[in-house]
Amino acid sequence: MLTVRLYMLQRITALLMAPLVLGHLAVMIYAVQGGLSAAEILGRTQGSVAWLLFYGAFVIAVSIHAAIGLRVVVHEVLGLKGMLLDLFTWAIAAGLFLLGGRAVLAVTLS
Amino acid sequence: MIRPHRTHALWYAFILHRISGVALALFLPVHFYTLALALTDPERLDGFLRWTELAVVKFAEFGLVFLLALHMFGGLRLMALEWLPWSDRQKTLAAGAAAVSFLISGVFLLRAI
Repeated sequence: MLTVRLYMLQRITALLMAPLVLGHLAVMIYAVQGGLSAAEILGRTQGSVAWLLFYGAFVIAVSIHAAIGLRVVVHEVLGLKGMLLDLFTWAIAAGLFLLGGRAVLAVTLS
Repeated sequence: MIRPHRTHALWYAFILHRISGVALALFLPVHFYTLALALTDPERLDGFLRWTELAVVKFAEFGLVFLLALHMFGGLRLMALEWLPWSDRQKTLAAGAAAVSFLISGVFLLRAI
């Protein structure tokens, strides 16, 4: 249940996220040393336009990518199709975008 | 009985990519929700972060980091298969994706404990 447009969108977001994931992996390994605290996380991210752009782009890409990925799985496994499948896809994308956007703003706004 | 196609290395690559993708998608809302606590309830975020100090949680995090790395390298392998004129190196690349993911998540775990 994948149109060419959705297929391309899935690959484009994947290519965009490959370096973002590598960056995220590196940050995790760096940040987890000695344990995590809210102050430590916020000290790194708050007021930083760079982190806002990095994780903002990540959230946008992953919302699209996860929605299309789950759309394929739900179609194949549960047989969902048509308008319900479209509705499902949009709901996942919108939900992840809102939750993720809120999280990024929470840690980057000063 | 295991169906013949399910003993193929590429089927494992497919199922690992699917399972890791679904697992990451399910994890994301929780991840986003806890991060947003920084804005709504910083004390609960700190309480949550203290909980993540538990060894069992560290190990679960290792699993998540592994799945993320696995999904990324598996995805790069898939796109390489689709877009680059490759043939015989497929299995090596798939194994390489798993090995590098294990290395990265292993470093994470060693640093975390």
